Amino acid sequence: MIRFEGVVVRYPRASAPAVDGVSFEVPRATITAIAGPNGSGKSTLVRTLLGRVAMSAGTIYVDGDDAARLERRELARRVAIVSQREEPAFPVSVRDYIALGRHPHTTLWGGADPDGPEAVARAVNEAEVGAFVDRTTDELSGGEWQRVRIARALAQDARTLVLDEPTTYLDIAHEMAAFELLDALARAGRAILVVSHQLNLVARFAQQVVLLHRGRVAAAGTPGDVMRGDVLEQVYEWPLVVTRDPAVGAPALLPLRGGRKQ
Amino acid sequence: MTRPSSRATFWALLVAAVAVAALLGLAIGPVRLTPWEAWAALTGDGDITSVAIMRDIRAPRVALAALIGAALAMSGAALQGTMRNALAEPYLLGVSGGAAVGAVVALAMRAPYGLVPVGAFGGAVAAVILVLAIARAGGGRPDPRVLLMAGVVVGAFANAVIMIALASSPPDATRNALWWMMGSVAAATWAQVAWLAVYALLAGGALLVFAPEIDVLALGDEAAAGLGVTVERAGRRAYVLASLLAAATVAAAGLVGFVGLVVPHLVRARAGRQHRAVIAAAGLAGAALVIGADLVARTLRAPNELPLGAVTALGGVPFFLAQLRRFR
Repeated sequence: MIRFEGVVVRYPRASAPAVDGVSFEVPRATITAIAGPNGSGKSTLVRTLLGRVAMSAGTIYVDGDDAARLERRELARRVAIVSQREEPAFPVSVRDYIALGRHPHTTLWGGADPDGPEAVARAVNEAEVGAFVDRTTDELSGGEWQRVRIARALAQDARTLVLDEPTTYLDIAHEMAAFELLDALARAGRAILVVSHQLNLVARFAQQVVLLHRGRVAAAGTPGDVMRGDVLEQVYEWPLVVTRDPAVGAPALLPLRGGRKQ
Repeated sequence: MTRPSSRATFWALLVAAVAVAALLGLAIGPVRLTPWEAWAALTGDGDITSVAIMRDIRAPRVALAALIGAALAMSGAALQGTMRNALAEPYLLGVSGGAAVGAVVALAMRAPYGLVPVGAFGGAVAAVILVLAIARAGGGRPDPRVLLMAGVVVGAFANAVIMIALASSPPDATRNALWWMMGSVAAATWAQVAWLAVYALLAGGALLVFAPEIDVLALGDEAAAGLGVTVERAGRRAYVLASLLAAATVAAAGLVGFVGLVVPHLVRARAGRQHRAVIAAAGLAGAALVIGADLVARTLRAPNELPLGAVTALGGVPFFLAQLRRFR
């Protein structure tokens, strides 16, 4: 479980803060989605959680504790993050790659991780990557790769899972499969935070959507609360309509042609 | 994935390669001995001349070549993972240039021999700091590509400093420094071997201990941070340890190129791709290859010697070209 409270991030030499007083909570057993235009502060929030970017104000709580005060390995045991473009410099076996998720549970001298093999086996099952664990990472397709990254994060055995744009470059089937996997993981009790541009998918899978605009929360709540034509039009600065998906009843976004000229 | 049995064969082959190279290195020379005679002389069982040749000339030379090969290859293997770059190696990152500056300055100032490694190490650390500073000035956190470019720049700068130091030294110091830079283990002594062994054991051993961290660093900064690694500290640690290894070799034998670049690629897949195994395998393969290269350097045009650095570079080019095919 993560709680962002009044988080402010200023990049040096930037005129406006990248994140400006963002507060929301990522509860257990749900999918929370962060959406918003490019540059609205989504990835900055993830980097802040990682401790890669310093906060000027605010606090991030992980399972009730201030994340900034947690030891890095302890934080990694509580929150697993699949960042954008995570890939080893040189191909490794998929099994070894997934086992890297055990790093926060090990000591440098090896040993001391009795749960390791079981956690890796569980992650392989949950992410359904058993068919290609014996390959190397350069032999995976885009969809397989994304499942393997998620398996790596699952092996970390953290109660919260954060994914930064997990379905970029995936086709419709793999995109759906990835979200179905996240849905199953949330049902199993994990807190899931997913940064995504795929508003229509988010509307169908997430229980909560946080819409960011210029570093602030423009709207937050259920997909139905957030996915309103007037709100989205203002945030994305593009004409659009929100209808109701005739098949499943979820809000569906349809951008219109003829928006502002660049 | 390689099967466990073929993995065991691979390690056995590596150890055998080092042993065979060492035996050949001991046996072949102006006074030719069978491996058996060489072994007998080494254990003190033989005529006085053979024992002297073996114990005072060939054995320290083979030992020094082995240590240099092992240290450079381990350094390269660690740097390639840490920097996420197949071209990363101590020589490209300015480490050797800095070490050479330190060593040449020490030689030009006629410092006692024991201080030359100190000079080389100081030069290497200065180069590392300079490379990091330049890369940082290039913007934000050090991007591996920027680091490589900074390394090339620092290398060029080091060359300039070396030329100035040489131009303003007495002729014999210049000549010594030039020979020294071409790389050679001809003047190997047990004292040198002991020095380098200490450096190599400490820094190489530490790299092996921290190797799992390099596996994580090889995923990229953000992924590594997400796995609980303090990226800057871990990266700096691997970089400093690898440069310590390279600096020690440059001090002991001058510039022996291409070993740090090529050897890790030769062993990576067969060693199983995890850095602890890759670094260890690179160490063994590097030891065998540099013993072999030194053998070529001293026998090809005997009684004249070729510079060791020239032999490893000439031998490294075809290896590297063969590897290039795999990068596509």
